[in-house]
Amino acid sequence: MKPALFEYSAPQTVAEAIALLAADPGAMVLAGGQSLVPAMNLRLASPSRLVDIQHIPGLSGISVAGGEIIVRALTTHRELELSGEAHRANPVIREAMAHVAHIPIRNRGTVVGSLCHADAAAEMPMVLVLTGGSVVAEGPQGTRTIGAEDFFQFHMTTSRESHELVVEARFPVLPAGAGAAFDEFTRRHGDYAIAAVGAIVRLGRDGAADKVAVATCGVGSRPMRLPAVEARLIGTRLAAEDLAAAGEIAKDAVTAPDDINATTSYRQRVVATLVRRVVEKAAHRAGQGR
Amino acid sequence: MSTRAFGSRIKRTVDPALLRGEGAFVDDIPLANPLHAAFVRSPYARAKIASIDVSAARAHPGVVAVYTGEDIGVLDREMPLLIPHPSMTDARTQRPLAKDDVYYVGQTVVMVVAVDRYTAEDAVALVEVDYDPLPVEVDIEAAVKPGAPLVHATHPGNVAAYFVQVSGKPDETIPQAEHVTKIKVKVERSTAAPMECRAVAAQFDAVTGELTVWDGTQAPISVRGGLASIFGLDEDKVRVIAPNVGGGFGQKVLLFYPDELLVPMAAMQLGRPVKYIEDRRENFIGSSQERTQVHEIELYAKKTGEVIALRDSFLHDTGAFIPYGIAVAQVASTSIAGPYRIPNIWVEFTAVYTPTVPVTPYRGCGRPQSCFAIERAMDQLAEELGLDRLEVRRRNLIRDDQFPWTREGLLFADGLRVSLDSGQYAKALEMVSDRLDIPGFTAHQGKALSEGRYLGLGLGFYVEGTGLGPYEGGHIKVHPITGKVYVNTGLTAQGQGHETVFGQIVADQLGVAVEDVILVEGDTRAFDWGVATFASRAAVVSGNAIYKTALIVRKQIIHAAANMLEASEDDIELRDGAAWIRGTDRHAPLAAIATATNPLRYAFNDAAKAATQFAPASRHDGPPLDEGQHPGLEATDYYSPACATWAYGVHAAILEVDPDLCSVKIHKYVCIHDCGNMINPTIVEGQVMGGIAQGIGGAMYERIEYDPEGNPLNANFVDFLIPYATEVPNVEVLHLETPSPLNPLGVKGVGEAGCIAVGAVIASGIEDALAPLGAGKFRQTPITPSMIHAALVAH
Ligand SMILES: Cc1cc2nc3c(=O)[nH]c(=O)nc-3n(C[C@H](O)[C@H](O)[C@H](O)COP(=O)(O)OP(=O)(O)OC[C@H]3O[C@@H](n4cnc5c(N)ncnc54)[C@H](O)[C@@H]3O)c2cc1C
Repeated sequence: MKPALFEYSAPQTVAEAIALLAADPGAMVLAGGQSLVPAMNLRLASPSRLVDIQHIPGLSGISVAGGEIIVRALTTHRELELSGEAHRANPVIREAMAHVAHIPIRNRGTVVGSLCHADAAAEMPMVLVLTGGSVVAEGPQGTRTIGAEDFFQFHMTTSRESHELVVEARFPVLPAGAGAAFDEFTRRHGDYAIAAVGAIVRLGRDGAADKVAVATCGVGSRPMRLPAVEARLIGTRLAAEDLAAAGEIAKDAVTAPDDINATTSYRQRVVATLVRRVVEKAAHRAGQGR
Repeated sequence: MSTRAFGSRIKRTVDPALLRGEGAFVDDIPLANPLHAAFVRSPYARAKIASIDVSAARAHPGVVAVYTGEDIGVLDREMPLLIPHPSMTDARTQRPLAKDDVYYVGQTVVMVVAVDRYTAEDAVALVEVDYDPLPVEVDIEAAVKPGAPLVHATHPGNVAAYFVQVSGKPDETIPQAEHVTKIKVKVERSTAAPMECRAVAAQFDAVTGELTVWDGTQAPISVRGGLASIFGLDEDKVRVIAPNVGGGFGQKVLLFYPDELLVPMAAMQLGRPVKYIEDRRENFIGSSQERTQVHEIELYAKKTGEVIALRDSFLHDTGAFIPYGIAVAQVASTSIAGPYRIPNIWVEFTAVYTPTVPVTPYRGCGRPQSCFAIERAMDQLAEELGLDRLEVRRRNLIRDDQFPWTREGLLFADGLRVSLDSGQYAKALEMVSDRLDIPGFTAHQGKALSEGRYLGLGLGFYVEGTGLGPYEGGHIKVHPITGKVYVNTGLTAQGQGHETVFGQIVADQLGVAVEDVILVEGDTRAFDWGVATFASRAAVVSGNAIYKTALIVRKQIIHAAANMLEASEDDIELRDGAAWIRGTDRHAPLAAIATATNPLRYAFNDAAKAATQFAPASRHDGPPLDEGQHPGLEATDYYSPACATWAYGVHAAILEVDPDLCSVKIHKYVCIHDCGNMINPTIVEGQVMGGIAQGIGGAMYERIEYDPEGNPLNANFVDFLIPYATEVPNVEVLHLETPSPLNPLGVKGVGEAGCIAVGAVIASGIEDALAPLGAGKFRQTPITPSMIHAALVAH
């Protein structure tokens, strides 16, 4: 479990980092190293060069502006989890974050690193999808903003070009009056989700849901919204039969084949259960907020 | 009088250094300019090797040597069959490096030695091996069927061993049965996953001709003997040291693993120290595993629930080779009747070769499987007869006045008959019932059910034959300058706390503080008679050997002190590091006594003056040492048990299943446990809790997954789920102490106890919780959420 030979660079600026990436298609960005280093030790990844971005000033920090929580590339999971400002702006982030690995890993791993790693069962990519967020990527040609739905292509594959550095992620704040919730099932605390579900619900004056966003991860090749589930719930009072029906619909989203932790059929049961419970909790919170 | 150390909760003396990172494990041993080994391992479960090309690897910068089977001289042979037994024909063991054939994914094919492990791994990738893959069958039930692909062409049906044992007269008794319960159970394969993987380092001194091997092994003396014999060296020229070792659980008692021979060979040939530090993936695919067994068990009972006979027929997966013989299957078969009288037993097993990592004992060694079989069968019998689960057990438990309960005809793993020596089985069952309020549980369960919650009660009773022979020794020496007591024994620790418990035994006899007893073990230079650490035997076998030795040294001290203090031996008491004339303040420190018993020529300190030739106390009428007398305070003695001593316990839990998520939460877990006299209850509890944690792993999480081609799918800590602290429930341990009548200390082993019953507890609890939903039976562990889901869907 020793990595193959690689070059190492510690650029001081974003421009330098991008130049290094552009010069060598085999180069990879090193952030907190919590996914990349194990992959290198197992020789599943053998980058020719590591571009360590940890020494670039100005790439850290969290701010809330223009209706978005802006998370710079070097922000660790733990910093975002503990940020009061971010929590007030969108409480679903902290709720989801408690399920990302364990505190020592959250102390080192970065939120943007997790998004770029794009594991199909990872929590933060799903939260970006749920909230309708985006990432900002910088390359030799300049900067572009990529919406979450376009960014996550497949398990561990994003639409980032290999010479681009993701400099920040943007999570929209929770809409006024809405409630949000997140839950997942893992066999052990802190593992990647067998299935996770997040929901954002707003209730109209009549008590019926007028805005519903539901997203899931762990059940397919990438995190995704569940439009059919949302459609079934919008306009209803989210009664038990509505939730049960929505859960049944959610089963269709499961494309993951049987694996050593869960059969497809079991994953369907989990996602249906979580949709019921999470939507109900989000609605309850929306109700309390009013 | 100082308080007795034996039996008290003394903190483990080894912990501060280990917790501060001051331990010295094999990889920490400083070696001058060492080389590092890495292996090319088979990517196929079964294949013919067509060709091996190592030229690119040999040419790689930094590579010092590359070995195939052709290049290893005397080592190119099948490794020893450690425990021969007539039930095996032509038992197969592996070669250090595969030749012609590979038999499991992970088998070592080529060894690369290079300047560092990075370079060695780079070169491993450059070795080209051409394989012709062969068909495989990894499922043991399919592997014994006609036509199944064979692991070894020499073994039709993949049968490695077949053995039947009979106790009593099952054939005559069975027709008298009024009820028959028959079930089939399966326990899956797991692995010990010690925190430190295996490690070997070797250094050869060409001047003295001495080979020194640091080996993270549980059996340094046995490894030493094997190395001396295979390399044709004098035993005295081979020193094997097991330094700090981070967990063993049986996995580190196999000899030999290929690296244990190849690393010393390379060190001798290359004239430089060589080391091999196994990584986690290698531990998963190269170091022994255990557990897969399929039992078909039948209980023949009276209507009262009294079981009059038992038949069990099981398949045991031994992996690709059977180096440790039938030990696991034999322990399983001889433990099959558990704590119950069941006077008539017929038990048969077939050990089956599969193209997978070889199987040798892992903590529990067959007992978790047999406990699972008998306990699940007892639950089933209770259900079929409409009896309470506790009641059916009560009616069958061996009564206190029936000990020793001998199962004539069953030979245990030590080749000696099974005889359960002592216990209070019924009391243990009552204790667990009281503690969990089992009589009140049905009402509690019913109330929860009315709220839509599914509670279940799980129960498992186990016995454990512990403290196997053949023997261990103890050596004690009081050092003349410091007065500290040095103790040696032949086995070695992997974190158990031997320093503390052996220290406690000696401290009481010699009247010294536990901290002043220094244990040196795991080094053949320090003591080289003995066997190894396994089978919950250290406290029983080494503990009693050290105790017997301490009694001899105690006598020596009292005799010498009586002379020095001019008092009668009866008036001497030992305490606070000195010998005292009882009721006075006249005393002699231990150091002074040790010095005085050693006739001296040179006076190096005040105490020594008294022992020199012209001192008044010296004898002037003959030789300073009598014929047959030895200098100093020192003794060696041995303890060899007549047979195993049987510990036991009962576990019960209240758990809750969420049928929507198929998740299981353990609300309460109680363990009643009896290992005879406890030397140190804290250490006993640590052993029990650690065992239970491993048992929870086996019951709910851990399963080595092989695909149908024999590829391991979860050979890492991401995918092989070991429970975290968050998954292991709080456990309440209550003790019973029934002294073993078989040894002077009255102790029984405790090392494996915790893990044995957990699978039965969890399965019976889940079954109980989901009974209202008609989920059926849970007779296979680990029980995963997908299995619960499948059970709910099927009904
Ligand atoms: C034991 C353990 C358990 C874990 N459990 C979970 C879990 O339950 N859920 C979960 O989501 N994660 C889990 N993780 C993964 C962890 O959360 C991720 O490793 C971490 O979030 C990734 O961030 P990092 O900074 O460590 O990225 P790195 O490991 O440094 O990089 C990850 C990948 O992203 C790329 N990358 C990183 N930053 C950038 C950037 N700014 N621009 C472009 N590319 C970039 C890298 O090149 C690499 O390909 C676990 C990890 C461990 C070790």
